[in-house]
Amino acid sequence: MSASGADGRTAVEVRFHGRGGQGVVTAAELLSVAAFAQGLAAQAIPSFGSERTGAPVVAFCRVAHRPIRSHDPITNPDAVIVQDPTMLQIPGILDGLRPGGLLLVNSARRPEDLGLTGTSARLVTVPASELSRSRLGRPVPNTVLLGALAGLTGIVSLSALQEAIRSRFSGDAGEHNAALAADGHRVAHETLAEGDSRAQAG
Amino acid sequence: MTELKLYQVGTFAAGNRLLDPSQRTEQSHAGRANSITSGHRACRGCGEALGARVVLDAAMRASGGRMVTVNATGCLEVFSTPYPESAWRVPWLHSLFGNAAAVASGVAASLQAQGRDDIRVVAQAGDGGTVDIGIGCLSGMFERNDDVLFVCYDNQGYMNTGVQRSGATPAAASTATTRPVGSRVGNAFGTGKSLPVIAMAHELPFVATATVADLHDLERKVVTAMGMHGARYLHVLVPCPLGWGTSSADTVRVARLAVESGFFPVFEAHDGEVTDVGRIRRQVPVADYLRLQARFAHLFGEPGHPDVVARLQRQADRSIAHFGLLEGEPS
Amino acid sequence: MLRQVEGSRAVAETVARCRPDVVAAYPISPQTHIVEALSDLVAEGRAGRCRFLMVESEFGAMSACIGASAAGGRAYTATASQGLLFMAEALPNASGLRLPIVMTVANRALGAPINIWNDHSDAMSQRDAGWIQLFAASNQEAVDLHVQAFAVAESLHVPVMVNMDGFVLTHAVEAIDVPDQEQVDALLPPFRPLHVLDPEHPVTIGAMVGPEAFTEVKYLEARRQLRALDVVGEVAGRFHDVTGRRSGGLTSSYRLEDADVVLVGLGSLLGTAADVVDELRDQGMAVGLLGVTCLRPWPFDEVRDTLARASRVVVLNRAVSVGAGTVLGGDVRLTLAGTPVVVHDVVSGLGGRPVTRDLLRRLLTDAAEGRLSDHELVFADLDESLAARALESELDHEEVGR
Repeated sequence: MSASGADGRTAVEVRFHGRGGQGVVTAAELLSVAAFAQGLAAQAIPSFGSERTGAPVVAFCRVAHRPIRSHDPITNPDAVIVQDPTMLQIPGILDGLRPGGLLLVNSARRPEDLGLTGTSARLVTVPASELSRSRLGRPVPNTVLLGALAGLTGIVSLSALQEAIRSRFSGDAGEHNAALAADGHRVAHETLAEGDSRAQAG
Repeated sequence: MTELKLYQVGTFAAGNRLLDPSQRTEQSHAGRANSITSGHRACRGCGEALGARVVLDAAMRASGGRMVTVNATGCLEVFSTPYPESAWRVPWLHSLFGNAAAVASGVAASLQAQGRDDIRVVAQAGDGGTVDIGIGCLSGMFERNDDVLFVCYDNQGYMNTGVQRSGATPAAASTATTRPVGSRVGNAFGTGKSLPVIAMAHELPFVATATVADLHDLERKVVTAMGMHGARYLHVLVPCPLGWGTSSADTVRVARLAVESGFFPVFEAHDGEVTDVGRIRRQVPVADYLRLQARFAHLFGEPGHPDVVARLQRQADRSIAHFGLLEGEPS
Repeated sequence: MLRQVEGSRAVAETVARCRPDVVAAYPISPQTHIVEALSDLVAEGRAGRCRFLMVESEFGAMSACIGASAAGGRAYTATASQGLLFMAEALPNASGLRLPIVMTVANRALGAPINIWNDHSDAMSQRDAGWIQLFAASNQEAVDLHVQAFAVAESLHVPVMVNMDGFVLTHAVEAIDVPDQEQVDALLPPFRPLHVLDPEHPVTIGAMVGPEAFTEVKYLEARRQLRALDVVGEVAGRFHDVTGRRSGGLTSSYRLEDADVVLVGLGSLLGTAADVVDELRDQGMAVGLLGVTCLRPWPFDEVRDTLARASRVVVLNRAVSVGAGTVLGGDVRLTLAGTPVVVHDVVSGLGGRPVTRDLLRRLLTDAAEGRLSDHELVFADLDESLAARALESELDHEEVGR
């Protein structure tokens, strides 16, 4: 997936789900900054209620080769990222995800153990909270998942993503989060390789 | 300076050939600013017109003429600026009813930004525009400590619109909305608020009360205030012959009785603490004060409401005790 | 320089470069990021000599701006929705006193019921306050309009309201070019007030005007607002000269040359509409788009000239003039009176309900194919079954009461 949809659409659209305080809005923003750095057009939009932690938050990002004129909401994302696995039970969380689109979930479990049936989505899990705990001491999954997204889709490069992260978070926080993005990116490649080898084996 | 105590009527008046020139009021100087000049449309005997003239001329002297004024809607604004005329000889801005303090804050900030903050800002409003509709903006100005002197001319009601009750109307007073009809005996007890006390709670550098009965005291307080920076509040009692039902010749006398009866405590406070009070020379029964005013006429006569008068006396006594208005030597 | 930045942040940086003397603001969603950023910029010394007043209410904010402007300073504030209403008394005060204050309104619905999301009802409610009202179609335009707003305001001595869709634009992060200080300085000379509080030249600002002169004062104000029709265009032209960018002006046209059906709207929906117009054009439909950038004063001539050749106009309103129709639709109808153009008055996108491509596609197609009503207000995105259930329930309660 590059910044053109599979069906010739001009934008790739990603939807992020999480809870307030998990950096969902920041994730969308970082993705847009990384895309911009690569000369692409990108738009990050949060969708709000009034500020409070723990409540469900949705954010969007669209990336395109041409300037983006519209600010309409993303209804048919190419990828859905779920930063908090407890949210998988919320009805509608997969709404609009394009057939065969990517569903990337922050979880240490294997995709088949998530209990999601009847979806044509390409399901990938990444233990983002565990990875961030080991580097930051806190479960902040957003940068890991962004790295994984980049690795799985090529929507942005890892280096552009890391640059965006470093300009957003200074000092150690910037370095740790850049490393986490690399972790996510690596896990994504491992997943892809696994998939390839399974396909070959199957 | 020699402390002078003169006990004749007339010594509190402007002019005063018996005083050393340095102790005379600004009003006695030919070179006074005449900030609000003649030709305005105030009622005869208007306490507010007198108060505003005294306050602003003193402020102009204290600031070397470097001063601008913001004025809320009310009697003062209405009777001074009937287009195409204006009685103001100082820079003057009409705000709205409830926002004189906020507009003045904006003026002060703007002058600061422009490097012109040698120019002082004085805001003026009646009691309605201060204690009721103006209190939000005023409290904001107070807590930000904006560099404004806010002067409230308190005639204890919404006089310009026809004498309706405000948060400064005293208990038992008859107004257009608190007439003594049915079982009502005028404005209810247990209502109302003291803006000077509220101002002190903001720990302002300067809070003071004054009346038009003692112009020396009023001017002195203006000069003190103008010698300071930050949010300052001056509350001036200004009898309204129309609204109070007093003779237009009695304005100063009524104001003096308000003070001498303890009904209107005169004091000065800094940073939230009272530092000085206007001592009562000879306490006067509140009835003497009330009888001069038609707005309290329903308390007297047959049968009248002697119980209410007694209650008002107790209120005055409490005020005297609270502020220590009788202790020590009278001023 | 183009940067990936949040709309609010870009607006704040632009305002800081306009060299305001006083910013007085009170927080309200969805304007908060603008005032927070400005507060930081002032504290960091990146807004020159500007003083930031954290006021106690929106009424206090506009009041402080009035005082600041009357004292000769350039003044700015931002608000939305309920905040705009709370300062409503001060708005005609500012325009009546000829104070060229600039204010951002991060458009949001009016309650009750409380709704913090985007529509245009706040701006519409103050259309008669004597302020010039501009609407940004994008974050880039929002940024550009703030510079233009100060220039227009100070040229006419009339306050200007810059409207930008709350959340949709204010909270979107995208590529925006914030004009640099040199560009802003080239467009905005130092403020020269019409009248000012000055001890050297004392004047009375704000007298009481009675029946004998009030009409004349208002007539002159109305004439002055109409002059804004020229000034807005001139300023947009100078802006283009300095930055190379086209933004502002009275209206924006998109593929109108031979358009048979034209959509008219305000704000960010114009971007979505442009995409839909392209799609439908590819399918052979002769559709076009007219964006209104200056709502007040109403650009009567420009709108009439642009729309006169169409056969149908679909006015998309994100506000309802309850009991009467819509403001934008009403203005368009008035403008096209006497022409054969059919006007469809449509309401959608209230309270944050998004104006989607599907909706716009459907509206334009229905209009072109004669399926859209032209003699009643159309609520285009109404959930009919939800509304019907509520109506039924109301009826039930009435009967129980008897």
